[in-house]
Amino acid sequence: MSDTTDLRMPSVDPASWTCPAPLYDQSRVVMGHGGGGALSAELVRDVFAPAFGGETLAQLGDAAALSLGGLRLAFSTDSFVVRPLFFPGGSIGDLAVNGTVNDLAMSGARASYLSCGFILEEGVELDTVARVADALGAAARAAGVEVATGDTKVVEAGHGDGIFINTAGIGLIPAGVDLRPQRVVPGDVVIVSGPIGVHGVAIMSVREGLEFGVEIESDCAALGPLVDAMLAVTPDLHVLRDPTRGGLGAALNELATASGTGVVITEREVPIPPAVANACAVLGLDPMYVANEGKLVAFVPRRHADAVLEAMRAHPLGAEARIIGEAVADHPGMVVARTGLGGTRVVDLPIGEQLPRIC
Amino acid sequence: MCLAVPGKVLDIEERDGTRMATVDFGGVVKEVCLEYLPDIQVGEYAIVHVGFALQRLDEESAKQTLELFETLGMLQEEFGDPWETAAEANGTLPPGSEEALR
Amino acid sequence: MKYIEEFQDPELARRLLHEIHATVTRPWALMEVCGGQTHSIIRHGIDQLLPAEVELIHGPGCPVCVTPLEVIDKALEIASRPGVVFCSFGDMLRVPGTGRDLFQVRGAGGDVRVVYSPLDALRIAQQNPDRQVVFFGIGFETTAPPNAMTVHQARKLGIRNFSMLVSHVRVPPAIEAIMRSPSCRVQGFLAAGHVCSVMGVDEYPELARRFRVPIVVTGFEPLDILEGVRRTVAQLERGEHTVDNAYPRAVRAEGNPAAKAMLEDVFEVTDRSWRGIGVIPGSGWRLSPKYRDYDAEHRFSVDGIRTREPAECRSGEVLQGLIKPHECEAFGTLCTPRTPLGATMVSSEGACAAYYLYRRLDITPAPREATPVV
Repeated sequence: MSDTTDLRMPSVDPASWTCPAPLYDQSRVVMGHGGGGALSAELVRDVFAPAFGGETLAQLGDAAALSLGGLRLAFSTDSFVVRPLFFPGGSIGDLAVNGTVNDLAMSGARASYLSCGFILEEGVELDTVARVADALGAAARAAGVEVATGDTKVVEAGHGDGIFINTAGIGLIPAGVDLRPQRVVPGDVVIVSGPIGVHGVAIMSVREGLEFGVEIESDCAALGPLVDAMLAVTPDLHVLRDPTRGGLGAALNELATASGTGVVITEREVPIPPAVANACAVLGLDPMYVANEGKLVAFVPRRHADAVLEAMRAHPLGAEARIIGEAVADHPGMVVARTGLGGTRVVDLPIGEQLPRIC
Repeated sequence: MCLAVPGKVLDIEERDGTRMATVDFGGVVKEVCLEYLPDIQVGEYAIVHVGFALQRLDEESAKQTLELFETLGMLQEEFGDPWETAAEANGTLPPGSEEALR
Repeated sequence: MKYIEEFQDPELARRLLHEIHATVTRPWALMEVCGGQTHSIIRHGIDQLLPAEVELIHGPGCPVCVTPLEVIDKALEIASRPGVVFCSFGDMLRVPGTGRDLFQVRGAGGDVRVVYSPLDALRIAQQNPDRQVVFFGIGFETTAPPNAMTVHQARKLGIRNFSMLVSHVRVPPAIEAIMRSPSCRVQGFLAAGHVCSVMGVDEYPELARRFRVPIVVTGFEPLDILEGVRRTVAQLERGEHTVDNAYPRAVRAEGNPAAKAMLEDVFEVTDRSWRGIGVIPGSGWRLSPKYRDYDAEHRFSVDGIRTREPAECRSGEVLQGLIKPHECEAFGTLCTPRTPLGATMVSSEGACAAYYLYRRLDITPAPREATPVV
């Protein structure tokens, strides 16, 4: 245990184990493989990346940065399998646009064109499909992106969950913009664009039969305009990430790992709305790992931090932006939170999907 | 064990012969079974675990406990700040953490 | 949330800490019995703020951690059967049985569902009369009354396709077992507040007297835990060993009589094996003969299960407070939350997982310079 990297990702030869192997050796896909945590990362690292090869994929950004015909393009794809299809504040149609548009925005690109593939389950109401399509079209118009190509497949009843959507998008990366985790250096300031956990709790409220006295709606939104406002201050932002699956905790861990720096956050600076905190308390969840949409986390050079924060707060999508911490040279790859009482704790990468605890 | 949270009873009704309530957890409202607190009234607080109210929360006791805490530690300032002491002892807290407490 | 936030107040925590620092004169080893308390202590960094003299030993009060391997394997077996809907609290899904967990059963086609309340499982049974719905009834005295009520309702409403796999455990026999252990270092107990909300404190004076240990009923928020520590240390410094209630807003001496009566009706006391510790006499509950028809072990033949526990796992010693999690050779290397060898690494309030998640910084000997935070 001389080195923190060993602790994070134990590399042990399973053949040398003398005891029954723990459940590392999964022979089938489990839900956690799609949870945005350690299992997802392993699936990509061990199965997809070696099979596909390629330097671009190996960078594992939210979007790929491509050079094509002298242009710098951002290219990204995302699939959407949310249940329920309609939830407070949005629908799978909104997510399908904003998820991909935001992946592009995290590389500094403004999305220009989307593809859209529908996988429909036999028996789903056409009216439902139409409502999702309307929502998708409206979200695309709001984000200033055109759905340029599409595809539809139908699977037998029982082989899908109503509607699955895949979208892919491309957009131009402005000159001088280079947003990558590898650019993070100790001293960078960590900014989050607003209250966290809202989208995940809005979805869970429907699933778990929670009602909210105050309205909790998904904050699903296209972040392009906010990113433009930030880049107008300086193109020299270091990295952006939208903390969707796995929440802020997973996003910070990914950035810490990819950048090789440590991250320290001050817990009480992390904006968590009371309704989110209370819903999490009732269900036994940690808001740090609850999914967000329409939020971003930025690592910004310290000298630009105040100006970037001011620009974010001047924009409706960043009105409640906060500085929550900084990148540090200590504990590379590890995220540490200072607790409200003055203690510290490690904020770990979640393993798979977050499970409600009773205890 | 036993994640249980305090919530305020909003209303009470019989359902399938079971005494149920809607309970407010700071703006989050959830259905809760009241079979184990048959005499709890609307407006009172209950400790809720996995959808069951298990005990009435005694608001007067809560108040007294907090008042007791207010009276503690007044004469101990001379012993130094416990955070600093603890930090020195186990080296966990960097300087500057004092601001983080306020 | 009201009655939570007030009990997290940093200024009052400071006052309590001042008082504890001023009171303590020599080393004391306290055990917080309950995993929820362990979670809170580690989550808020409370142990870092206490005087060096006060050592908190993390007790066995995590039902997920102590549910015996044999019962987990029975759960996996039942959940794998066609026609079964297996319902469980979320934190049981990742607990390793012999070679697999409930997630993997689900991945292999089993219908495994996470429920928030046992009543949700009963509702699923009502909605699916052609399926056998089984609820995994685990937990301490806090969770036992909800599960008891659910079985009682099933019987009352004649819901025949519902049954429960019961592995309930009781705190007082565990405290006694810990105190009887020759290597026991525990000098005082923070008793589990919500267990006492149900059971009251009747069972504790005898234990306090017999083993000459203070037992202080303690809540879960940071101020509650500090108050429990303060009162326990104060007793130890005075040479006293009584039962004290530091959580009066949620605990009455008599507990909850309605819940206790239901427990009496639905369950009967039995010997129970605790994972990593062994059999503790009288430490469990099983369904009473009246409710045997609703016992999943009775309904599904699951005898003859052969269990295997990894040899490296020292969770038994951790659960008894004999070693700290990071003193186990497998900690953080062979055994992580991602690859748990024992249940204490699985549940987020298992002592090993809590250490791994929140304490790796301190127990990793990485030299670092203090950096002021923004």
